[in-house]
Amino acid sequence: MKRHTLSVLFKNKYNALPRITGLFSGKGYNIDSMSFGFGEEPEFTRMTITSVGDKNIIEQIAKQLHKLVDVTKVTDLTEQPFVERELALIKVNAPQTNRSEIMQLANIFRAKIIDISPRSVTVEITGKREKVDAAMGMLEQFGIVEVARTGSVALKREYQSKV
Amino acid sequence: MALQQTAVKKEKDDKPKVMKGYELLVQSLIDEGVKHIFGYPGGVLLDVYDELYRTPELNHILVRHEQGATHAADGFARVTGKPGVVLVTSGPGATNTVTGIATAYMDSIPLVVLTGQVPSKLIGFDAFQEADIVGITRPITKHSYLVKDVNDLSRIVHEAFYIAVSGRPGPVLIDLPKDVLNEKGVLTRKEDVDIEGYKPVYKGHSRQIQKAAELINQAERPLIYIGGGVIMANASQELQKLAERGNMPVTATIHGLGSMPANHELFLGMVGMHGTWTANTAISECDVLIAIGARFDDRVTGRVNSFSTKSKKIHIDIDPSCISKIIKVNIPIVGDAKDIIPEMTKLIESKQRKPWINSIKEWKKEHPLQYKVSDGFVSPQYVIEKINDLTGGDCIVAVDVGQNQMWTAQYFGFNQPRSFLNSGGLGTMGYSLPAAIGASFGAKGKTVFAICGDGGFQMNMQELATAARYNVPVKIIILNNEYLGMVRQWQQLFRGARYSHTWIKQGTPDFAKLANSFGIEAYKVTKQDEVESYLKKAMKVNDKPFLLEFKVPPEENVYPMVPAGASLSEMITGSEK
Repeated sequence: MKRHTLSVLFKNKYNALPRITGLFSGKGYNIDSMSFGFGEEPEFTRMTITSVGDKNIIEQIAKQLHKLVDVTKVTDLTEQPFVERELALIKVNAPQTNRSEIMQLANIFRAKIIDISPRSVTVEITGKREKVDAAMGMLEQFGIVEVARTGSVALKREYQSKV
Repeated sequence: MALQQTAVKKEKDDKPKVMKGYELLVQSLIDEGVKHIFGYPGGVLLDVYDELYRTPELNHILVRHEQGATHAADGFARVTGKPGVVLVTSGPGATNTVTGIATAYMDSIPLVVLTGQVPSKLIGFDAFQEADIVGITRPITKHSYLVKDVNDLSRIVHEAFYIAVSGRPGPVLIDLPKDVLNEKGVLTRKEDVDIEGYKPVYKGHSRQIQKAAELINQAERPLIYIGGGVIMANASQELQKLAERGNMPVTATIHGLGSMPANHELFLGMVGMHGTWTANTAISECDVLIAIGARFDDRVTGRVNSFSTKSKKIHIDIDPSCISKIIKVNIPIVGDAKDIIPEMTKLIESKQRKPWINSIKEWKKEHPLQYKVSDGFVSPQYVIEKINDLTGGDCIVAVDVGQNQMWTAQYFGFNQPRSFLNSGGLGTMGYSLPAAIGASFGAKGKTVFAICGDGGFQMNMQELATAARYNVPVKIIILNNEYLGMVRQWQQLFRGARYSHTWIKQGTPDFAKLANSFGIEAYKVTKQDEVESYLKKAMKVNDKPFLLEFKVPPEENVYPMVPAGASLSEMITGSEK
């Protein structure tokens, strides 16, 4: 069972979204992350979905996604090189004593502090899912108060080296 | 709005017609060539029904339960190939269509289901008779709409008809809020609908067809396995030519029956759980299996990893998501059977394939379908055979689900496409009567039978009223075994004959008397030698419904049978022990 990353281009009309998600739940599958917004043309929306599951079932879901009237393109990026990013906002306990350490950590992860209060700071971090996981792991010692993650956004890597 | 502009643009020849929503609805149905609507009125549809009152060219058939309307539309669609149209009110009216929509969805039957909805402003407020029918039916519709702007209404109707019949057909639902139906909007005439992102593939890939033909030409024991897709594509004649050119035997799923004449030398009968010995053996023995418009359903394959293990597989289907879904295939061809089969026929060599054909002839001779006659009862298989004899197979048969369905599939020699209507996918009891009623409206004078059991009949027997009201000349055949026969058979074979809640005699009405109370002529037949005369009597009545109940042996079983999850080669024939 592997994590699959699907890229779906669709018209975000009434009922399109539940039809897309329904194909996963209809197979007993969960969507781990899903993010979408306008694509290269404003009438199309690009969605990145990640789901863990059997290759054949995911392939079946991808085929069925493609059948949906409002969907124009479906790509399973999993088997090919692709670029992937996720954005996370992590609110961490930050009394005076810990602040400089948190800021140092944020620097290492090229993260930004975007909000601060007497008790906490909010860190904005962008990167691959693993990087976000690592940053959260490191920040855990200070006490994570709240987290908001976008889930992956991904595109096929255009230059596909043979090596 | 952009949509409004396209609507206006399309109307450049004459001025755009502005009408009320209910007029737009009825007008666009007429523009689609709709003649019959199966429906049931209700509060939010008052305006639509008022419009229908003024529109005699649209024949509205009032059913007695909305489930009946969907099955009737389904039966109509199966017979004509055109979408069946259903019109029901919001809330319970809409939810009552769910089983019928699911039935059609599973068998890829084109329906356009029009549901009334509470006024837009009340949607989501738990209004009286409100149900989120688009949400409820999402997994069982090919597509669905909620009309929010009256200017979209007629365009949506045309899109719905196009989506329902094109590609792999299926039901499409349009939810119509009451206020939208009462606003004024622009009419869009029926044009070639162009829906971005929706482009069914009809033409097969020529290289793939070439490869398939090469594989077939090398085959010694090829077998064609067809499903409902061949009938839906109207490719039955093309199929027969393909089979004859290559001397390739043909087996069919329950939905493929009728595509190849039952008495054709190359036809082996139905495949699968209750398939013929010959068909199931041929599946296991063939070296190339050519699946056309079939989806390797579990009732066909039996245990998947022992299904047709000696064969390479070609799969022709209009739905790419059906290919390699259950069984990995070697050569997939996506497209329309009507287009692909003739292309393939051109490329295959005419061959005798004597040894293969001879072994099939032998199997047919050694393992015919057979049944025993029990004293004091009517054999259900005999009734089916007699109907076939008396009609010469030139009729339409709608069946229910269970033993009656399987006996009909086995013993009725279907020789015409679109003549056998049954809920093979969902297995919906109560299907036959309303489906037969709907089919009658599209049958162009052909005799229509509804064959059912005592269980299934009681699930939609309210539609006797519809049959009586419209003098529908449907012949209702009830094979009464006092049990839910198929479940009882499983209980007998696999649960130590503990007949848990399958004996339904208690409480079951006297069907003949019941029919009489609807004004329908009906008889109860208890003797085998009376079967023919009563059927002849029924055949003489062509202007109204007619009902016959046959007293069949309570513990009669359907054989052969492949137990669920077993391999096709593990058939129980009933002569064991």
